Amino acid sequence: MITLNINGQEMPVEASPETPLLWVLRDTLQLTGTKYGCGMSLCGACTVHMDGKAVRSCVTPVSAAADAKIQTIEGVGEGAAGKAVQQAWEQLDVVQCGYCQSGQIMSAVALLEDNRVPSDADIDEAMGGNVCRCATYVRIRAAIHEAAKSLA
Amino acid sequence: MTRSIENESRRRFLQGATGLTLALYFPWAMARNPESGGTQAARFEPNAFLRIGEDNSVTVVSKHLEMGQGTYTGLATIVAEELDAAWSQVRVESAPADNSRYNNLQWGPMQGTGGSSAIANSWEQLRHAGASARAMLVAAAAQRWQVPAQEIAVAGGVLTHAASGRQASFGELASAAAEQAVPEQVELKQPADFKLIGQPLRRKDSAAKTNGSAVYTQDIHLPGMLTAVVAHPPRLGGVVASVDAKPAMAIDGVTDVVQIPSGVAVLARDTWTAKRGRDALDIKWDESAAIRLNSEQAFERFRQLAASPGAVARQDGDAETALAGAEQLLEAEYDFPYLAHAAMEPMNCVIRLAEGRCEAWYGAQIQTRDQAQLAALFGLEPEQVSIHTLYAGGSFGRRASTSSDYIVETAHIVKAIDGRAPVKLVWLREDDMQAGSYRPMFHHRLRAGLDGQSMLVAWQHRLVGQSIAAGTGSDAGGGVDPSSVEGAANLPYAIPNMLVDLHTPTDIGVPVLWWRAVGSTHTAFSTECFIDELAQATGRDPVAWRLAMLQEHPRHAGVLKLAAEQAGWDTPLAPGRDGERRGRGVAVHEAFNSYVAQVAEVTVQSDGSYRVDRVVCAVDCGIAINPDVIRAQVEGSVGFALSAAMSEAITFTDGKVDQSNFHNYTPLRIADMPRVEVHILPSAAAPTGIGEPPVPPLAPALVNALAAATGKRIRRLPIGDQLAG
Repeated sequence: MITLNINGQEMPVEASPETPLLWVLRDTLQLTGTKYGCGMSLCGACTVHMDGKAVRSCVTPVSAAADAKIQTIEGVGEGAAGKAVQQAWEQLDVVQCGYCQSGQIMSAVALLEDNRVPSDADIDEAMGGNVCRCATYVRIRAAIHEAAKSLA
Repeated sequence: MTRSIENESRRRFLQGATGLTLALYFPWAMARNPESGGTQAARFEPNAFLRIGEDNSVTVVSKHLEMGQGTYTGLATIVAEELDAAWSQVRVESAPADNSRYNNLQWGPMQGTGGSSAIANSWEQLRHAGASARAMLVAAAAQRWQVPAQEIAVAGGVLTHAASGRQASFGELASAAAEQAVPEQVELKQPADFKLIGQPLRRKDSAAKTNGSAVYTQDIHLPGMLTAVVAHPPRLGGVVASVDAKPAMAIDGVTDVVQIPSGVAVLARDTWTAKRGRDALDIKWDESAAIRLNSEQAFERFRQLAASPGAVARQDGDAETALAGAEQLLEAEYDFPYLAHAAMEPMNCVIRLAEGRCEAWYGAQIQTRDQAQLAALFGLEPEQVSIHTLYAGGSFGRRASTSSDYIVETAHIVKAIDGRAPVKLVWLREDDMQAGSYRPMFHHRLRAGLDGQSMLVAWQHRLVGQSIAAGTGSDAGGGVDPSSVEGAANLPYAIPNMLVDLHTPTDIGVPVLWWRAVGSTHTAFSTECFIDELAQATGRDPVAWRLAMLQEHPRHAGVLKLAAEQAGWDTPLAPGRDGERRGRGVAVHEAFNSYVAQVAEVTVQSDGSYRVDRVVCAVDCGIAINPDVIRAQVEGSVGFALSAAMSEAITFTDGKVDQSNFHNYTPLRIADMPRVEVHILPSAAAPTGIGEPPVPPLAPALVNALAAATGKRIRRLPIGDQLAG
């Protein structure tokens, strides 16, 4: 039995220690906002926060998450940056198919928690691990600037 | 029993009989491609596209899949416009699979989404749906208030009678409206009266896709459900010779190992356990019928085929004679690799078999075909197969599989366990990448003849590539698959002698499929690059020369002019820094009756690396239902097409796909995304699609820009590092 702290709640789970956090979130806890895209930390669809840092849950063993505060897309709107990013995403209609967007938003929030005035280059670097096949990148960039503005 | 789908959905509508259910009946004409002059047989079909609840909600039922292209938003806008609803009261839900009500009117008796047809085929249908509902609400209000119907105004979901000061919401009138007769004829609005159409209304799916609550196939959990991961043969065409299931069955949580036609499936309580079980299998494959394809050898064979005439797709005048008599002869060959769709959500499907019925949950793109395949497999009538169409995490054509491959695979697994549990099939990224169904590889050879005044007098275009439509029942016969030559056979330029012909190899063994913009993904490239080469060879301006040859094609010319103007084509490009070379390139193309021109600006470094700085796009897709959704589709199409042009390729070595995941099939990332400017040509023409048409012009515009910057002509995609050295 491993106890996870997810979005501020203690959640005990039965899982072997090497199971990726992604599948515990999705299949065991049915927190399905976090998505599977590649399983190799290549696309960022599975991005969550561990102690405020963006990590790829598809390659994070659940045992490594046991002592951390985990935040997922389901809880990220509780914070000021998360709320600002989600509002900007809606305001600019960033999404198309939407499947990668949980991960995009989690990466964007982690960026803004660190850097309240990111440049385009900062955005490119922080978001470079998140693939969007619909290529909504123009709006992702604009929405991050918009969220930064609303947080200022 | 065979009517149960319809009964069930009617019951659901009636349960909403807290409100008005409108089953609308009206005539519709078979949609026609204005250029092909198809049939126009009028028929009656029942349709049910909206319901209004007493809670004042307007629910629009979408017969089309929302895979990112904004269909839910666009279709709902059309209904809401004629209904005079408030945008805030409108929500959208997916239609059930039912080809008696939800056909794609461009496809005959077939429910499905594709060919950028959702808006085009629904336009008149949904306007009538909205206007009929509005008329019934007005009739109900007139009756209740005892006033003439023509004195009642409707706006923002509220009916008003000014003289008596009465007003009522849609919700208040819903039950009374349900008692009214469905009008036989309704008057549709004039475009000048549109209130919602043409406005940048917010997408209906933004909130759910921003807070993680949108439900995709991957997110379905049914009681008792098992998750399946499949071991597929390492080479297409391979089959299982023997399998040792013991190591997989030894894993806690693995419940079944079953052999199915496409491989071996491991079922388990969750995805990770199923994957571990799959990886533990010891399988011997019989590869006697497997393919042994090598991409380079295949290209070599395609080139040999291109030396002889193929099946004729277009013949104007006498191209051979004109070429022989030409003053100047130019020739170029272009190569295109297989491409994967690589949607962010790998293919997946959930199926439950219970009480003589099959229920399926997934991002269904061609419901009618899938329904027929599932029915045949389970020995059911199509009506006994329910499909719950969910949001699709991208498709780009993949979910319009001609064989319903991953859906049929799920059904085989359910069958193999005698339907004792619902099954979710999960393809891992590697399965998705290596399963075939690619954009076909193609080889093109073009020859052009110029006369003494450098006028283009002859054009010969030969294509070699597999047919997508062959065997699907949708090929036109005569050896020419229209989807292989679209964009080539209808080249718009005024050239007196033209021959377009096609070789279709049938023994390759790689499944091929529609890929966003289909034939135009290669034909726009070869034609627009070759035109550019000819312009350069004759010292002509690429825009002015195209315009001179487009006098009979005002919509092509319209977008080309607009893009050139907005890009500042006639003013020199700002120079780069030391060592940088800059260039600008243009392309124009029509696909699915929408017209798009793009001007790309590039900067090339001394080491041959390059970036696309800016892409200026002009589009003519008829009436712009939602200009912001159109802009988003153009932006995304530019990125999607740029991704393929820069670095995507599926290649084969001894029958094995060389790529497996995003490290060796490398999609565009944010740092390579250019600035995109979108200009929409005002139009009063009926709306056409925008999901695919902005894809084709990007690669030729880019490669023409690279040629302008460096003098080097790229004739093989992807571009890769061809500019280095």
